[in-house]
Amino acid sequence: MSNERALYQKVILDHNKSPRNFGVMEDPDFEAEGYNALCGDQFRVYLRIKDGIIEEVQFEGSGCAISKSSASIMTTLLKGKTREEAKLLFDNFKGMITSNPDASFDAKELGKLIVFSGVREFPIRVKCATLAWHTLLAALKGEADTVSTE
Amino acid sequence: MTMSTSPLESAKTAVETSSGLDIESIREDFPILAVRPYGKPLVYLDNAATSQKPRQVIDAIRRYYEGENANVHRGIHYLSQVATEKFDAAREKVQHFVNAAHSHEIVLTSGNTESINLVASSYGGAFLGEGDEILLTHMEHHSNIVPWQLLREKMGVVLKIAPVNDDGEIIMEDFERLLGPKTKFVSVVYVSNALGTINPVKEIVRLAHAAGAVVLLDSAQAVPHLTVDVQDIDCDFLSFAPHKMFGPTGIGVLYAKAELLERMPPYKGGGDMIKSVTFEKTLYNDLPFKFEAGTPNIAGVIGLGAAVDYLTNIGMDKIAAREAELLSYGTRILESIDGLRIIGRAKEKASVLSFIMESAHPHDIGQILDQEGIAIRAGHHCTQPLMQRFGIPATARASLSFYNTEEELDALGAALHKVNEVFG
Repeated sequence: MSNERALYQKVILDHNKSPRNFGVMEDPDFEAEGYNALCGDQFRVYLRIKDGIIEEVQFEGSGCAISKSSASIMTTLLKGKTREEAKLLFDNFKGMITSNPDASFDAKELGKLIVFSGVREFPIRVKCATLAWHTLLAALKGEADTVSTE
Repeated sequence: MTMSTSPLESAKTAVETSSGLDIESIREDFPILAVRPYGKPLVYLDNAATSQKPRQVIDAIRRYYEGENANVHRGIHYLSQVATEKFDAAREKVQHFVNAAHSHEIVLTSGNTESINLVASSYGGAFLGEGDEILLTHMEHHSNIVPWQLLREKMGVVLKIAPVNDDGEIIMEDFERLLGPKTKFVSVVYVSNALGTINPVKEIVRLAHAAGAVVLLDSAQAVPHLTVDVQDIDCDFLSFAPHKMFGPTGIGVLYAKAELLERMPPYKGGGDMIKSVTFEKTLYNDLPFKFEAGTPNIAGVIGLGAAVDYLTNIGMDKIAAREAELLSYGTRILESIDGLRIIGRAKEKASVLSFIMESAHPHDIGQILDQEGIAIRAGHHCTQPLMQRFGIPATARASLSFYNTEEELDALGAALHKVNEVFG
């Protein structure tokens, strides 16, 4: 498999073209904006949380294929999770994409997120892959300011 | 040269014979062109970010460090004398290259950005004040916006922005309308780094002077590609970036009319910018040293001198003609790609091809191209207001130099087809 195919896996291309949970949420409990100056990527992440459990998550904005598909896939994984579980998932995800390309990772824990393992070959794209996640964490903390991965 | 399967082959044969430059031998001057990213030939189309360096420049820097290294000015030993001679000679080369009247009108800085900051800080700080208007355009690089915003915070000057049209040209009627009795300074990019637009600088200077304003031309993208004559243009300040004109990074040039430099206060204090220092009073040095405190980037300046020699030997007219060929060839290649839109279609344009694609974000385009060994830039190119003007977050930008070839542009075209395949 060529390098760019390893990076742009089918699932990624699919989520880029047809992002899930995409659009503005009316009256979210929490929201935050993320910005990546490198690509000009800009996303808003919206949350509804009940009894400490993420009930609904949506995002909107624009960005490259990696940042957009990462945001989309993220939204499909969060429903029913607590803040701590969401944070743990991000830690695992970030650990994987910033690891050495030859290092092994726990595929079971990461689930769908392993489609981003190709990012390990392209460190400059880590910011793209994590932008929505950083924005999520800011929203979970109730931070109003724009977060930046720069 | 290898045979091409491009549909534009007949056009290619025609343009290759008209430039009069031996591109194959020119390419041999640039050692880096032998690099093979991912095992593929390097196609370097990021010249607006920084150009590659010919052996002549690299050798001049190596020679300096190996056989001439010493601090310049006031040295009483052999090496210092050699280094000083080379350093001063480089300044004179730059002077003649842009046809400045005097070598002391050439101030050596750390980069184009510092050159503009020097003017904003020294001239702006001394001669501009509350309510004075500074006219910029919508296509300025951040380096020609932020220094004036800093001045606005300090002095209360007012920034006015001349708009650009859909082709990426300054709307001159609006520019003229914005020039008023309060306009004290005009700072405009000569050639747009993001779009390639060549602005009508002589007209801009004429109009600004008629309104009583002083003019700076940010010429980082002009000097590597055009014959620039500061006396003919009659600008008051002109800044440029040697690393974009085949010289080293870490130096910049500011041309300024001597009478302005005489009146301006120093920008930074230190050694070499003084005649005498006591704790009570310091006498500043003559031009240009008043603006050059501290040990300069001697190797960089000597490398710049070598870059000027290199360009002069080839001839700026030939370079401009060759790049016009490449621009028109590259434009046709891009126009043949489905869903691609060129941003910036000025009638007067340097060899910059900025574009967006329906299928892919500029960063993803850049990624696919990189895997083919093709270096372009993706992003806002430090011109965020301009991106906002066009309603886009970013563009992909291929910026061409005379050492590029039609074959390389064919490779760009093939890789862009691949982008459509991957993301289509």
